[in-house]
Amino acid sequence: MEETKDMRMAEWREALRKAKTAKERTSTPRVKMPELTADYRVTCNEEVNQGLTIEMAMAEASRCLDCANPQCVTGCPVGIDIPGFIKNVERGEFAEAARVIKKTSALPAVCGRVCPQEKQCESRCIHTKMKHEAVAIGYLERFVADWARSHGSADEEKPAANGIKVAVVGSGPAGLAFAGDMAKRGYSVTVYEALHEIGGVLKYGIPEFRLPNAIVDTEIDGLRRLGVEFESNCIVGKTLSYDDLHAMGFKGIFVASGAGLPRFMNIPGENLNGVMSSNEFLTRVNLMGAARQDEDTPVLHGHNVAVIGGGNTAMDSVRTARRMGAENVMLVYRRSEDEMPARREEVKHAKEEGVRFLTLHNPLEYEGDEKGNVRLMRLQRMELGEPDESGRHSPVAVDGAVEDVPVDLVIVSVGVSPNPLIPNAIPELEVSRRGTIVVDESTMRSSLPDIYAGGDIVRGGATVILAMGDGRRAAAEMDKSLQNQ
Amino acid sequence: MNKIIEKKHFSEKVVQLVVEAPLIARSRRAGHFVIVRADEHGERIPLTIADSDTTAGTITLVVQAVGKSTKKICDKAVGDSLHDVVGPLGQATKIEKVGTVVCCGGGVGVAPLLPIIRAMKQAGNRVVSVLAGRTKDLIILEDEVRRSSDEVVIMTDNGSYGQKGLVTEGVEQVINREKVDQVVTIGPAVMMKFVALLTKKYDIPTVCSLNTIMVDGTGMCGACRVTVGGRTRFVCIDGPEFDAHQVDFDQMMMRLHAYDNENKN
Repeated sequence: MEETKDMRMAEWREALRKAKTAKERTSTPRVKMPELTADYRVTCNEEVNQGLTIEMAMAEASRCLDCANPQCVTGCPVGIDIPGFIKNVERGEFAEAARVIKKTSALPAVCGRVCPQEKQCESRCIHTKMKHEAVAIGYLERFVADWARSHGSADEEKPAANGIKVAVVGSGPAGLAFAGDMAKRGYSVTVYEALHEIGGVLKYGIPEFRLPNAIVDTEIDGLRRLGVEFESNCIVGKTLSYDDLHAMGFKGIFVASGAGLPRFMNIPGENLNGVMSSNEFLTRVNLMGAARQDEDTPVLHGHNVAVIGGGNTAMDSVRTARRMGAENVMLVYRRSEDEMPARREEVKHAKEEGVRFLTLHNPLEYEGDEKGNVRLMRLQRMELGEPDESGRHSPVAVDGAVEDVPVDLVIVSVGVSPNPLIPNAIPELEVSRRGTIVVDESTMRSSLPDIYAGGDIVRGGATVILAMGDGRRAAAEMDKSLQNQ
Repeated sequence: MNKIIEKKHFSEKVVQLVVEAPLIARSRRAGHFVIVRADEHGERIPLTIADSDTTAGTITLVVQAVGKSTKKICDKAVGDSLHDVVGPLGQATKIEKVGTVVCCGGGVGVAPLLPIIRAMKQAGNRVVSVLAGRTKDLIILEDEVRRSSDEVVIMTDNGSYGQKGLVTEGVEQVINREKVDQVVTIGPAVMMKFVALLTKKYDIPTVCSLNTIMVDGTGMCGACRVTVGGRTRFVCIDGPEFDAHQVDFDQMMMRLHAYDNENKN
């Protein structure tokens, strides 16, 4: 933080602050992200958001007041020096802006695209207190990361090796963030991934139109250049045991195996053909390329598709189904739109793309035809009752308000549970009743001294940036502990 | 990469491959399976490990060409590689000394049955193996099965080898003749269903190994889900072996046809 304060006092920053009045800055309207039209984008998998031009980015950056006590930073789970990078954008020093972000964020091109900024950094922006729209921090982060990628300037020096080996279980956002931080500290890092591709949810879950795989690969290549090694098709707990990792000389292990286990609602008809988890649907399409002719993996197509749930995964699923040609795509959510956990932008995009929102509806059961294919869902209408412990209004069934809706594909997106693979393989590891690995929240250390854990295996289903924050904290703590030995 | 070291044809469509996979060879147990992707465009399919050699660092897979992916794998030559092999997956078979165990397999189901036969024998059980196939050509691994069984009964649909009849008839003969403490069955879903119905009648504990549609094989998608004892279970992490008397085989067979219209042959 001190360094951040010093940077704020740099001469160029002071000059920049004086160059425009606060009034001028706050009266500039927030930039609009250029995007593909809804009619066009449902015909393809191209990225919807097109990114800011240099002029747009510099103009948007000039809206930032460079607060003395920037609250946006407190809203960022990894504490990026937001005014620090934005002011560099304003003065046109994009490489320097990238350097500021990279100090704390391992995957800015990813986070700029998928973070729910309206609930994080942008929710604390001073503009919102003055009833103006927040500075578009996410758009600017993405702009800087994309600029750095196309100008090859984000590379850092490979650090001197310290000779200590650490292992990472899982190559999703938590694992990648941890690996990057440890490699920068000179550790020899090996990341083990169960699937044949590196990237975890960034590859199998989040679709191309929101996060192109090429961008994830570029970030992974950056880690490779730092010396991180990746082993795909290797399942810790199955292919290699905890003892094997010790025998191989690993001094610390970071478990970031995610919460891949899909939840179902356990209602009648849920095992009919045509009812599947969003994990299955998105894995088939995103990881296996099932919608493409040259790939062998099949995926079911439907005309009347229902996605059950209101999170980002549900949005990704409805929008993917639209792109696969389904005419009638419905989102079924038991609460109202206000309670939806999905990013606002994805909700807006889904609506523009013609997805029908059946909020305050909940499936009771599915019926199939004689071949066992789903043909209709029975929906219960709901209304909002009293707020529950989480502060959200709990949905209550409206007596007798039941309707049947024809469907030929149902995608269940009601959340995930922690995958039991690692806890089963290492019985000494303490796990909670929910199946998450228990860690000390300040150190991310588990009940076993050399195992740290973070991301969804600790939190249950959460967000990319929280997972990355865990990875960074675990790296700092494991480093401290290993250096003291 | 997982190089193919040996290849043997059991019949026109059934092939045995010995594949380099040292880490899997070392950690696998009877009942485990792997997920294989033939090439960079391939889908992920489950195959049970029939055997392994820890010294050579190889595993043995038996594959029947029934669709695009299995055909791609069967068409590989010695020296070619499988693009991805990951495992060992699933829960290993529970091997205990229970007395007399009948191990019955149909078609390529005999390949995953072989390691269980061996382990059951090694645990001190009397093992009677019942092998079944439509015709003589489709009886595989007979010598290997004989080496670890106290007795082998062979059944063919047309009587071209062994006795004429279905696998259930072979199993029932043994049950009528001597006390059977456990049955293990691996083969087509319909065969396992009828074995389960038979042994239920005699109240003999029966384990089946389910071969459902899978994608990742690590519990993250639920494509492989089945109903066992009224509960939804994932074959890839809870199985592949279950109490055959609790499995909803009709639902499982229905789900095996989910992609009949979508498969890219």
